[in-house]
Amino acid sequence: MSDVALRANGLQKHFGGLKAVSDVSIDVHVGEIHAVIGPNGAGKSTLINLLSGELFVTAGAIKLGDTDITRLAPDRRARRGLGRAYQKTTIFPKFTVHENVRLAAQARSPKPLRMFGHVRNNADVHDRTAQAIGKAGLTPRTHIAAEQLSHGEQRQLEIAMVLATDPRIILLDEPLAGMGQSEARGIIDLIASLKNGRAVLIVEHDMDAVFELADRLTVMHDGHVIATGSPQEVRMHPAVRTAYLGDHGDAA
Amino acid sequence: MPRNWLIPVVLLIVAVALPFVVPTYYVQFISKALIMGILAMALNLAVGHGGMVSLCHAAFFGLAGYVLALLSPGYDPASLLLTLPVAVLASAAAALVIGALALRTRGVYFIMVTLAFGEMLFFLFHDTGIAGGSDGAYVNAKPELSIAGYQLLDLASPLVFYFVILAFLLGLIALLTMVVQSPFGHALAAARDNERRARSLGYPIFRIRLTAFVLSGAIAGIAGYFAAAQFGFVAPQMLGWHLSATVLVMVLIGGLRSVTGPLIGALVLIGLEEVLKASTDYWKLIEGLIVIFIVLAMPNGVRQLWPMIVGPAKDSDTKPATTAATEATHV
Repeated sequence: MSDVALRANGLQKHFGGLKAVSDVSIDVHVGEIHAVIGPNGAGKSTLINLLSGELFVTAGAIKLGDTDITRLAPDRRARRGLGRAYQKTTIFPKFTVHENVRLAAQARSPKPLRMFGHVRNNADVHDRTAQAIGKAGLTPRTHIAAEQLSHGEQRQLEIAMVLATDPRIILLDEPLAGMGQSEARGIIDLIASLKNGRAVLIVEHDMDAVFELADRLTVMHDGHVIATGSPQEVRMHPAVRTAYLGDHGDAA
Repeated sequence: MPRNWLIPVVLLIVAVALPFVVPTYYVQFISKALIMGILAMALNLAVGHGGMVSLCHAAFFGLAGYVLALLSPGYDPASLLLTLPVAVLASAAAALVIGALALRTRGVYFIMVTLAFGEMLFFLFHDTGIAGGSDGAYVNAKPELSIAGYQLLDLASPLVFYFVILAFLLGLIALLTMVVQSPFGHALAAARDNERRARSLGYPIFRIRLTAFVLSGAIAGIAGYFAAAQFGFVAPQMLGWHLSATVLVMVLIGGLRSVTGPLIGALVLIGLEEVLKASTDYWKLIEGLIVIFIVLAMPNGVRQLWPMIVGPAKDSDTKPATTAATEATHV
């Protein structure tokens, strides 16, 4: 099997009496897209927040490669190679596409907080910025303010920023939310290309896209994992069919 | 773009020539205004660039002034090369402690915490015997700049003092311009615009903000040191929130998004005061109305006046997104 980029073991998150996530374990491998699906309130977003560090676990452990990151703050996790795109687009709206991505590239440069020298003078950061913009297909829009982009382009920009931080694993939280058919097509192809040399964990409601993209699936329900496996295995799993997929299992 | 250079060059020539043509009173007056400009630019590093609205910058300002007063030996001048670094370090240390605690809060809570710490320092000097309590203390002689007994500059001369302030001011503009355009400055702006996103990209938000806050406090200390030297007197009011709020008004008048805007804001507000004081007893009322008008009519500061007069700037960093969009489609 390929090497494990991220391994979570027995994760639990309690908000007071509410157990949003109880005993979730998940492995994400390099070169693989791992999708987490489940009905609303299943704990998918909480899981992503636990993995990225915006929430701390009540119990359990998270390892990034060989490093235990359970207690690390989000910025430390990011510098160790964990990239995340958000459900609601959270770019820097007043900055241009280039400036947004450059900020991301700069975050992973050797001296991200230098006070001397103009920000434009770092050739390495500049190259990685241009590369990430190119990969995300935004090159013609490089010098446009992010707030002027269409919704789909803003999602592309999100992904370009994650790419520019040169992550080993990318967490994508509903990258297709609120997107039309044709816009979604481009993003799906872009996501499919991300797994080259990286691990991708995606939470998504669009089942057609999930079954097209995912190499492995984890199905959550009420904070528990009820099934893990290949799309084929998950589709045939009786508990999944009753709990979640319904008719869609046949259609997909 | 020659137009971008023209204004600063003309202003610099005016600034250099001015003290030779106006009476001494005005040389001192402009020195005072420039010192407040330094303080306003320092505050704007925290407020405008860092998104940290601080109400305790007068405390950093006053603290440095008190350090000069306490280190001045009786009626003899203190050594500038010795006391200025000590004063600035004291302000920076205060900013480090206050910032480290206040930056655990956000928004209006941050304002309240900085206000509380500022007032604590005010009452420290107001209610204890340190340097004369509420009566304040004198700085009897201006600090001297001398190396091995040889006096380099005579700060007691208003003209020399003015040029020393001007030199510090120009140095500060260069420093702040560099910081704002550096990777650090962009990270600071990113943290201001979208803290969560900046953190998930890998930026240590707390450290970035604290660094900016301490730098800002240290520069406020430089201003306070020279203010104490110029007035020859320090009083607890130098540390009070009244002054903090006044400087905040200067920043708002001048505009939050530029380095030199707050300097212009300081000159406008202090100039306004001087003119109004001479012409009416109700100058505070008139001043308040004018400030309200400026803030309402020019929400991005009086620097906005310039593009209003000559048309929009062509600078690539400030061009509106719509023109950028049309340009990009032609590429």
